[in-house]
Amino acid sequence: MTKLNTYRSGPDERGHFGIFGGRFVAETLMPLILEVEKAYREARADPAFEGEMRQQLKQYVGRPNPLYYAERLTEQLGGAKIYFKREELNHTGAHKINNCIGQILLARRMGKTRIIAETGAGQHGVATATVCALYNMPCVIYMGETDIARQQPNVFRMKLLGAEVRPVTSGSGTLKDAMNEALRDWVTNVSDTFYIIGTAAGPHPYPAMVRDFQSVIGDEVRTQMQELEGRLPDSLVACVGGGSNAIGLFHPFLDDPSVQMIGVEAAGRGIEKGPLDHAASINGGRPGVLHGNRTYLLQDEDGQILEGHSISAGLDYPGIGPEHSWLHDVGRVEYAYATDQEALDAFQLCARTEGIIPALESAHGLAEVIKRAPKLPKDHLMVLCLSGRGDKDIFSVAKHLGVEL
Amino acid sequence: MKSVDVLADGRIARRFAALKAEGRAGLVTFITAGDPDPVVSQAVLNGLPAAGADLIELGMPFTDPMADGPAIQASSLRALKAGMTVRRTLEMVRGFRKQDADTPIILMGYFNPIHAYGVEPFLAAAREAGVDGLIVVDLPPEEDEELCLPAVKAGVSFVRLTTPTTDEARMPAVMRNTSGFVYYVSIAGITGTASASNTAIDAAVARLKRHTDLPVAVGFGIKTPDQAAEVARVADAAVVGSAIVTRLADGLDVSGGVKPGTVEDVLGFVGELAKGVRAARG
Repeated sequence: MTKLNTYRSGPDERGHFGIFGGRFVAETLMPLILEVEKAYREARADPAFEGEMRQQLKQYVGRPNPLYYAERLTEQLGGAKIYFKREELNHTGAHKINNCIGQILLARRMGKTRIIAETGAGQHGVATATVCALYNMPCVIYMGETDIARQQPNVFRMKLLGAEVRPVTSGSGTLKDAMNEALRDWVTNVSDTFYIIGTAAGPHPYPAMVRDFQSVIGDEVRTQMQELEGRLPDSLVACVGGGSNAIGLFHPFLDDPSVQMIGVEAAGRGIEKGPLDHAASINGGRPGVLHGNRTYLLQDEDGQILEGHSISAGLDYPGIGPEHSWLHDVGRVEYAYATDQEALDAFQLCARTEGIIPALESAHGLAEVIKRAPKLPKDHLMVLCLSGRGDKDIFSVAKHLGVEL
Repeated sequence: MKSVDVLADGRIARRFAALKAEGRAGLVTFITAGDPDPVVSQAVLNGLPAAGADLIELGMPFTDPMADGPAIQASSLRALKAGMTVRRTLEMVRGFRKQDADTPIILMGYFNPIHAYGVEPFLAAAREAGVDGLIVVDLPPEEDEELCLPAVKAGVSFVRLTTPTTDEARMPAVMRNTSGFVYYVSIAGITGTASASNTAIDAAVARLKRHTDLPVAVGFGIKTPDQAAEVARVADAAVVGSAIVTRLADGLDVSGGVKPGTVEDVLGFVGELAKGVRAARG
């Protein structure tokens, strides 16, 4: 592992985290990307922006959410003391809203009048539609037709919230295709439209901006753990698709060497089966350039992008945020993986022992907790980011368990 | 200061000099390499110069063409399904060069397949195959170190895209390191959709000419011989892509097979476009 004085100074002014990140976009978008970067820098320096964001996170989202001691799970696993960061208790049921509040305030500040977003499972789409309703802005959500078919409740939610959901038929009709289509919309409507990207990926400044908006997760954990245990946690665990909940939890702790961090990728039917059967970009991919940044990608020998697979629609993206790629390469964060089956097992265990139905995404993180906790001492403080609630997943879980609803 | 061509002795510069001597604009035609299959695609490519193409853009298919509309997206997927790769695209260029030593070929596409091939090996192979220039959509000047600078060093032109959103302040950065010609994307949008007005194109070309001595080619949204002729009045070249690709797609049967006469039909359409371009300043 490369020892650095700080792991929190990135990205550089060109948006690079080591060799990762950057601004790989068409010229049409480049002036707009620079404008977003400038507006974001100014907003961060403006106490009024920060103040409005804090206010909305408190009054509308319901922050801070608890850092909850999962006592029964801890007893059952018989090792580390396990805490859940309860992001699933946020308004709209996941961490996604933290970022949407920040980005829509920026869009308003920039005088943009129309919002677009991509969504996979629909969580980011719902969060975006929600803030657009709150601020009375027209909203178009791009969603792959395959995802539309398997996430009907979220499609209906978005429509109830006043968003237009545009089905994407290109490619395999999943998240990466939705992102392509959102970029095509943006290139066509540069003057009035703001693109709310849902994860810590895309061209600079998005990876840094989304990370900053999500860092409220880690900041709260730091304060709450001090109050509860009088010290820092020993390890942090979070699932990683694009990786926004993970980077939000990890980033405030990157320069605390005693804090170990584990990101958990989706291994689908098994990493050993090859890149069509999982969505683990770091564990089963290699660096490439897609959607505006250099990062680990699932791709073939010729550089064509492959469709990942995961039981969780929120994790089956063929890339990962560029800061994660860098944190992996420098060795600061460990990237593990959990299969569909392990996530399903963790999903059910969580429901029965803690009375919490977690999102399938979060269940991947929990699967790693289940593997590690029993081998650790009882005074080891482990935090899992419970990034979302699982109501949206009950249909696909029922199907996998052979139950007809 | 105006930008000039850093590779002034190549096929691209020679072709534009010849066009200037003839007092007319050029026709730049785009097809996707390997669409709908390598054999038919090679036949179309080989037939383009005789049909009237002055320069050729050969698309390198990619799974995720973010700046392209439905026609070119579909053509990329057809080519990939038929087994097209970067290596085979370069083989097509080699095949073309056996019969044509003069018509410039510019490879157009996205960065990742080149990244996967390796920048230096790719540039060496491209130059050896007879490629003259590159247009890589997702590499703005901010990322010049990735491919643009190595390309120019290797003797391969890097043709930059400028757009209606490229403002005056940004123009010098966009022009720096560009070579061969400047490609003006006449609409803010994706390929094969809307068309810009003639007055907007006139103004844009005049603006670009203030910043560069390089030839200016105008593309995006040119679908008919008449539209090509309009552009050819003011620009140094008119680029037609989606309309040609669509003509090819129209010549496929439901199972994706090529109907008899398709290659001839596509080349016939290129001939009509060339006629329009050649008559524009008559």
